[in-house]
Amino acid sequence: MQKTLFDKIWDSHLVIDNNHNEYAFDPSGPSLIYIDRHLIHEVTSPQAFASLKQVGRKVRRPNLTIATTDHNVSTESRSLPIVDEVSKTQLETLSRNCKEFGITIYDMTSPDQGIVHVIGPELGFTLPGTTIVCGDSHTSTHGAFGALAFGIGTSEVEHVLATQCLWMYKPKSFLINIEGNLTKKHAITSKDIILNIIRKIGTDGGTGMIMEYRGDMISELSMEQRMTICNMSIEGGARAGLIAPDETTFDYLRGRRYAPNESELDRLIEYWKSNLKSDENVKFDRVETINVDKLAPQISWGTNPSMVVDITDSVPSPEQFAKNDENKRKLAIRALQYMDLKPGTPMTHVHVDRVFIGSCTNSRLEDLTEASLVIRGKKVSPKVRAMVVPGSQKVKLQAEEIGLDKIFKDAGFEWRESGCSMCLGMNPDILLPGERCASTSNRNFEGRQGSGGRTHLVSPVMAAACAIEGHFVDVRDWF
Amino acid sequence: MEPFLDIESRLIPLDMTNVDTDQIIPKQFLKLIQKTGYGGFLFYDWRFDNSGNPKKEFVLNEPKYNERQILLTRDNFGCGSSREHAVWALYDYGIRVVIASSFADIFYNNCFKKGLLPICLSRDEIEYLFDLVKNDDAVADISLAKQTISISEKIIHFDIDLTRKKMLLEGIDEIGYTLSFDDKILNYEKASKIADYDKFSVKN
Repeated sequence: MQKTLFDKIWDSHLVIDNNHNEYAFDPSGPSLIYIDRHLIHEVTSPQAFASLKQVGRKVRRPNLTIATTDHNVSTESRSLPIVDEVSKTQLETLSRNCKEFGITIYDMTSPDQGIVHVIGPELGFTLPGTTIVCGDSHTSTHGAFGALAFGIGTSEVEHVLATQCLWMYKPKSFLINIEGNLTKKHAITSKDIILNIIRKIGTDGGTGMIMEYRGDMISELSMEQRMTICNMSIEGGARAGLIAPDETTFDYLRGRRYAPNESELDRLIEYWKSNLKSDENVKFDRVETINVDKLAPQISWGTNPSMVVDITDSVPSPEQFAKNDENKRKLAIRALQYMDLKPGTPMTHVHVDRVFIGSCTNSRLEDLTEASLVIRGKKVSPKVRAMVVPGSQKVKLQAEEIGLDKIFKDAGFEWRESGCSMCLGMNPDILLPGERCASTSNRNFEGRQGSGGRTHLVSPVMAAACAIEGHFVDVRDWF
Repeated sequence: MEPFLDIESRLIPLDMTNVDTDQIIPKQFLKLIQKTGYGGFLFYDWRFDNSGNPKKEFVLNEPKYNERQILLTRDNFGCGSSREHAVWALYDYGIRVVIASSFADIFYNNCFKKGLLPICLSRDEIEYLFDLVKNDDAVADISLAKQTISISEKIIHFDIDLTRKKMLLEGIDEIGYTLSFDDKILNYEKASKIADYDKFSVKN
């Protein structure tokens, strides 16, 4: 039988296959799948541990889980005390729980601390063909390695801690073929590709499905760029994104702390090469093809990640966006009002107050390097406050080793400590009501970056150029 | 988990699509370490202005919608962040059923862990219910056992997976249920040799 990459990972993780389950009272019920890798953080885990303790349950395999603190940590100097008492309690609770249950934690004092979806790959914890979960919707990021990776709620975090398994209804498969070539290499990024995909399929286009990205273009992307694409699969409604592993993936893994050693890895690579790809003629439940030949830098104008236009476009009217769907029209009217934008305004005329380069979507070394190309020798507009928040302590260190911090600081950017920061504003990094931000993060929902704040999603180079000019620009003109 | 009981209530019409979990429970309320106490923060930025005063125009602030247990909304409810706090906030506020034309996957899944019933209906049926709330504001009787919404002399049938229905009706402890298959999990672990992350070995 022909199988998709997803089918293959699914099949190799079935503890109880619902189709062959003598216990099943429900023939269309969920299967029990094994979870190889579990990431936890301070926000969605405390209630899971509390429930475990209440019932007196153990963590089944503490050495399949790692923890970090990322969501509400301050990005100010690590030597400063934590001012927010409630955040502090949450951070301390995670440390205490990890100690009690024997789970390794990379907390604020650790040189390996960072956003869960940055440190997982960085440590070699993320491996092809595995199942990976985390109480965070952007777990889809790890799909870039050909792992089945998806976000779960706190009850499921507890379930994985206690059983190392999850009950799951098998999702459908969605193939996204990416054709063509990017014309301006540095100016058009994988962020533009994924924003364009979500613009086309909508925020629920992938609901109930696993999206596999394929095409010559994908093979040419670095792991960092692949992670950006898989990261935002959830914004298209898909719980997971997948890219079949190849030489780029294998090269990335070599020498990482928890990646298998050389001889073991070589053996595994042979196995992965023959097993981790969709069969030639397999049929997907849905297929879409995107051509990137003429792709322009993408920018969001509204309050969900499908409200996106080309940088050369103007703010659309509700009618243009809605295409005869009354509910969408109402949504667009509300979004325009919230964003304080008038239809017909060229996107390049929109001014910003803040620029944020960071988040699990775009905070890796390559993202920062690319952004630095744009700002080298230039100054941030005096009307803009701009910050760079590296995804992990290691990214920060590597960036400093090649002098990126100096480039950013000389230009007038704040160079901060690692964490989720202004992507969701659980720490003090937030927008003030009415402030407008060019952000490399993943969600432009109302209030996401701070109550009343207005978010425009863009790539790191677009955000960097915007910081210099004080308004959005077509970054293709800069390369 | 408490078993799900039949619900008799009027509806709260939240006439919007794509309601994300950042709206259902904004991030500033995710710092608690308990599962309760979120009801007051439900839809916080929509319910209250910057000084914490109720915004009159928001549906939950209309006195006639107080104490209602059924939320009626549209496409893609619960999209975005995986925060289960969104379900806890709805439940804590008193909502027991959310009726929508579609749900985001993670939110939908999370509902069943708390005993909140998500009902998915066609867009036409949703439209009918919105009209009904506007015109005669009828009481709905929701029976999970029968999978029906009885309202204004009409009976609307809804689909739900059998396993999820059983979990809700019986208030089953899912972890306890899974652990009853411990032998299966052990067998899998023996056969697959999924290695600890710091001691990886090939899956045979």
